[in-house]
This record gives sequence, structure tokens and C-alpha cells, in this order.
Amino acid sequence: MSTSTTHSSTRADAPRLYGFLAEYGTSGEVLHAAEKIRDAGYTRWDCLTPFPVHGLDAAMGIKKTILPFLVLGAGLTGMTIGILLQWYVNTPHLQSASSYIVSSYPLIISGKPYWSLPAHIPVIFELTVLLSAVTCFLGVWGLCGLPKFYHPLFNSARFRRVTDDKFFLAIETEDVKFNHQQTLALLQSTHPTAIEEVKD
Amino acid sequence: MTALPLDKLTPPRPRDVEIDNTGNDPAQRAVLVTGSAGSIHQVTERVCAVWEAPKPPRAWYIAFGIANVFLMILGAMIGYLLFTGVGVWGLNRPNMWAFDITNFVFWVGIGHAGTLISAILFLFRQKWRTGINRFAEAMTIFAVVCAGTFPGIHVGRAWLAYWLAPIPNQMGMWPNFFSPLLWDVFAVSTYANVSILFWYMGMVPDLATFRDRAKTKLKFMIYGLLSLGWRGSNRHWHIYEKAYLLLAALATPLVLSVHSVVSFDFAVSQVPGWHTTIFPPYFVAGAIFSGFAMVITLAIPARNLFGLKQFITLRHLDNMAKIILVTGCMVSYAYLLEFFIAWYSGSPFEQFHFMNREFGNMWWAGWIMFSCNAIVPHLFWFKWCRQNQFALMVICLLVNVGMWFERFVIIVVGLTRDFLPSSWHNYMPTYVEILTLAGSFGLFFTLFLLFCRFLPMVAMAEIKAVLPEANPHHHHGPPQSHPEDLAVSQH
Repeated sequence: MSTSTTHSSTRADAPRLYGFLAEYGTSGEVLHAAEKIRDAGYTRWDCLTPFPVHGLDAAMGIKKTILPFLVLGAGLTGMTIGILLQWYVNTPHLQSASSYIVSSYPLIISGKPYWSLPAHIPVIFELTVLLSAVTCFLGVWGLCGLPKFYHPLFNSARFRRVTDDKFFLAIETEDVKFNHQQTLALLQSTHPTAIEEVKD
Repeated sequence: MTALPLDKLTPPRPRDVEIDNTGNDPAQRAVLVTGSAGSIHQVTERVCAVWEAPKPPRAWYIAFGIANVFLMILGAMIGYLLFTGVGVWGLNRPNMWAFDITNFVFWVGIGHAGTLISAILFLFRQKWRTGINRFAEAMTIFAVVCAGTFPGIHVGRAWLAYWLAPIPNQMGMWPNFFSPLLWDVFAVSTYANVSILFWYMGMVPDLATFRDRAKTKLKFMIYGLLSLGWRGSNRHWHIYEKAYLLLAALATPLVLSVHSVVSFDFAVSQVPGWHTTIFPPYFVAGAIFSGFAMVITLAIPARNLFGLKQFITLRHLDNMAKIILVTGCMVSYAYLLEFFIAWYSGSPFEQFHFMNREFGNMWWAGWIMFSCNAIVPHLFWFKWCRQNQFALMVICLLVNVGMWFERFVIIVVGLTRDFLPSSWHNYMPTYVEILTLAGSFGLFFTLFLLFCRFLPMVAMAEIKAVLPEANPHHHHGPPQSHPEDLAVSQH
């Protein structure tokens, strides 16, 4: 994975146009701009901000993420693993052919029952939370497509301010509706501080 | 590497001013980031200034040096313990647990405040948490690291610690899932993992800020790697915000369960004074109590030394002191209730245990515990105490001492005088145990000081998001121009 540089691309062929990058000074401006781009029907575009802007998801028309369902699935898996592990390990049950390799070891502790849900709950709960949290963590980066150390936008010098205090809107040439003059005119109508052509 | 000569353009750093934002006028919402620091760009500038400074303040070097000495002492003591055996400690029959488990519970308890600030205050929409959450979470991680060493080394044959894990083996042996000691293994390792994931995920946007401001190739590469290529894409922010909410929602019951499981180490036993159902809520409240005291103990030097007074404001200190007061009230109530229940139960063993705590041969430990935890924190009813940094430091240090003694009293005073007088035996720590305790502070402070130097101490992206100016409907005049803009190439 190559790290980005802000000089022109090191590829042998001529750098192609990735898209337009418009810069704004406030969150309100980028939000209104996003609404215009969304209403114009573009799909391959994005807003880039130093912090999540309230209302920008709706302004961009982003669909809700599936992450919560992944985490739910992982939590249920963790719960099941906790139950099965403790059931298998501490209770006497039908031994199979593999019992000589991996057998359970029923523990007789002062005549207490082999299976007792209240006693088993701590481990079940912890495994539920652990698997949920690990899935949430891996899921967020997986769904974002990160780590991705190179991105054409890093070629822009102005773009370094995205993690500081500037707001950006980028429209890719890959978009079906992309037309050099029309897209540029649309962006200019949103009154950005600057518009830049970003090369890949 | 870049066309922007930022180091020549940055204006001189503004002075860090103490502004009183502790007013409670309902008509005027309190400012969370005071003074000139309250703009998006200034948040970046001021927080990055700590990292960008060519050298940290002199006090950092002194503190780091002392912390390293204690860390080496810890290493030496653990090495001696592992090579020689648990006999180097003062443990005897019946005091099978003493400093080891006291230290374990102490450090785990301290860790819980960080998760409370990150997760629980987030769920309660308390915006003021953004000034302190990064640093409190870091404190949690390092406290859990310190906590984890104690169960690891106290088992005697530490090299067999892997027996705690439920993995198939040639002996056909499995751990005892009915034991709270095993529940602890699952609880504390889950807690450590989830805390690290939450902390790192929260840092990624700020690490990207460091990457974009890096002035050397090495810093650029390291922070570039750590920030995973984050570029502030709103499509990513959407998923990230959801993940943050999910992790906060998971961490909340986790923090409550972890210290409850730790309390089960005692509650599930039969020892008088240990076998009580009040322990889970009592321990959790006590953990938050001691944890916040440690956060304040760290926040006051940090804010003064690193110029963060306008992010960790007087209001933050005031709010934290109020939380200490609330949990202190719960702890005071628990102490009084324990005495009452011991009497009400009619059990001679329980009654003896509680009288012995305050009036027996280790009465001095019982009184340190009671006064530091149930008397001293009530000074926070007075506004002056909550807002004066010196008073805060003294009270919080006493709270931490008191909470260490609480665990010591529960464990050691409980064990030295249990059911049968023939079993009674006093306990005296050896120098190894005392130095191990001191050394654990060395480990904690070494890690914490490294964090202060190399990682973003304040959650920049989160603070920016709660500034009034971040709201898209905040009315602006014409866009402000920054002096830095003048040198940026125009298209």
C-alpha cells in the first residue's frame, strides 16, 4: 500500500482527472451544497469534513449502514459460544468418538448442579460483548474500506485542511452524470471558497 | 512533501487563560471551550501544539524520569518474585490475598472512570465530556494494564497462566466456570480489549490531523499508518458515528459488569464481611469514585502544563467533582448500610467483622478508609472546593488513598480475623509487596506520559463537533479569513 504524496502521480502514463474538489469555510455551506448535488442526481461524490456535520447524512441522501445488524449477529454468536462452551466443558454429556481427544471434565463442586444459568451468565455476557465489540471495530473499517493509504484527493494541497477546519465536496469523473462544464457550473453555484481539479 | 510552509506561517501561540464558565444560569448555556480556543481552527492549533512542540515541558522529563525509575523497580520486583516464589511476599495462612488483590481491584476500579466518561456520558449526551474523554480513556487502558499484571503474577507459577484459557489440552482439563476467578479472566480481558478498540477508533480522525500536520517524513509515515488513510469522508463518518454509538452502548453494561464480576471474587466466598449482596453496586460506585479522583489528579497538572485550560475548563473540574460527590454519597451510604445489616443480621461473625474494622487491631486502616471515603469527599458540597485546583488535588489524592485502603481493609482485615480464632494471624507486607505497589504507579505514569507526548491528548474532532460554530445553522457573517489562507495557491 503506497502512502500518498501531494506531487503529481508517479505513474508512467499521464495523470487522469479524478474529479472536482470544492472547498467551503463552514459546515452550513457544505450542507447546502450537498443538498444541491444530491438533488441533481449525482451518485459518485462525497463530502469531506473535519468532524461529522449534523444533518449532512440526510443532505447527501446516504442510506443507513448495516453495521448494527453485523454487531447483533456477532453478539448472538458470542452468546451461543458462551453457552455451548460452558455446557460442553463442565457438564457430563454423551461422549462421542472424539472424546479421548477433547473430553469434558464435569466438576462436582459441593453437590451443586452441573448446569446453572446464573453461574454461567458472567462468561456468556462477556463473550457476547467481546464478539460484538470486535465485530463493530472490524466492521467499521471494513465497511469504510480502510485502511486505504492512497486516495487521489490527497494529491490536493488544500485538502490537508480537511482534518483541521475546512469542508470539502468532491465529485468524481466516474459519475454517470459527470460533464466537465455542467458539473463545474453546478459546483460554482454553491459558492465555494475554491474549486480544484484533482488528478489521480 | 508539501507546498505549504506551515512552520513559517503559524501565528504565535495565544496565551492559555483561565476563564470561569461554571455559572448555572439557565438562560445562558455554559461555554464548553472557553475564550479564543473556541474556534475549530484554534482547537486544532492548540491541541496539536502539545505534540508539535520540539521538546516537551521540563516537568515532563522529570516526571518521566521518576516514572521510569519506578517502572524498573516494578520489573525487578516481579523478576525476583517469579524466580524465587510467592514466599517473598508476606502472604500467610489465612492471608492468602493481601496487596496483590488489593492492587488489582484498585487499578481496575480506576479504569472504570474512563469508560464512564467515554461511554456513559456519551449516551447521556453530555457534551462536556469531549474535553476529557480521550485522556480518561487512555488512563483506563493504562490502569487495566497495571491491573492485569497482578492476577498474572500472584498465581505462583505465572508461566502456567495460559491454563486460565479454555483451550483443549493433553490433560483433558478445563477451567472451572463456576469460579469468579475465571469470570474475572473473561471480564477483565474483554474490558481491556473493548477499551483499546474504543480508544483507538476514537483516535483515528485525530491521528489523521497529526498526519496532515506532520513536518518530518517519519512522523508522516507513522501517523499515516495509524490513521488508516482517514480522509474525513462523510460516508465514513456515518458508519463511524454508528460504530461509536454501538461501542458506547456495549461498553456501558460492560463497565458495570466487570467490576461486579471483580466484586464476586469476594461476594461469592463465605468470609464474613465478604459474603454480601451489596458488593456489586458498592464496588462499581467505588470504582467510579476512585477513577474520577484519578482523572482529576491527572487533569490538573496536565491542563496547567500543556496549556489545555481552555479545553479542560473549570466547569469540567466542577462536573467531575460533582460526580465524585454523588458516588461518594453512594459509598458512604454503603458503609453505613453494611454496619446496619451486620447488626440486623444477628450473625456474630458479621458483627465482629465490622466492629473489628474500626476498633480492632487494624483500626488505623479502617479509619483511613472511612475518613477518606465517607468524610473528606463531602467537602465537595462546597462550591469553592470543587473549583479550587489545590483543594481538588488534595481531596482527590486522599480519595485514592482511601479507596486503596478500602480494598485493603476488606481483604486483609477480613482475612486476618475470620470464623475461628485459632485461624487468626496478623499480616505484615514485605518490602517486595510495597515496592511492587509503588512500581505499578511507575508503569502507569510511564505509559501515560508517553501518551501525553505522542498521541492526541484531547479529542479534537469531538470537541469541534460540539462547538456552536459547528452547527450548520449557526449564523455567520461573511466567511472569516485566516492569515494562513493568504499563502495558499489560488485556482
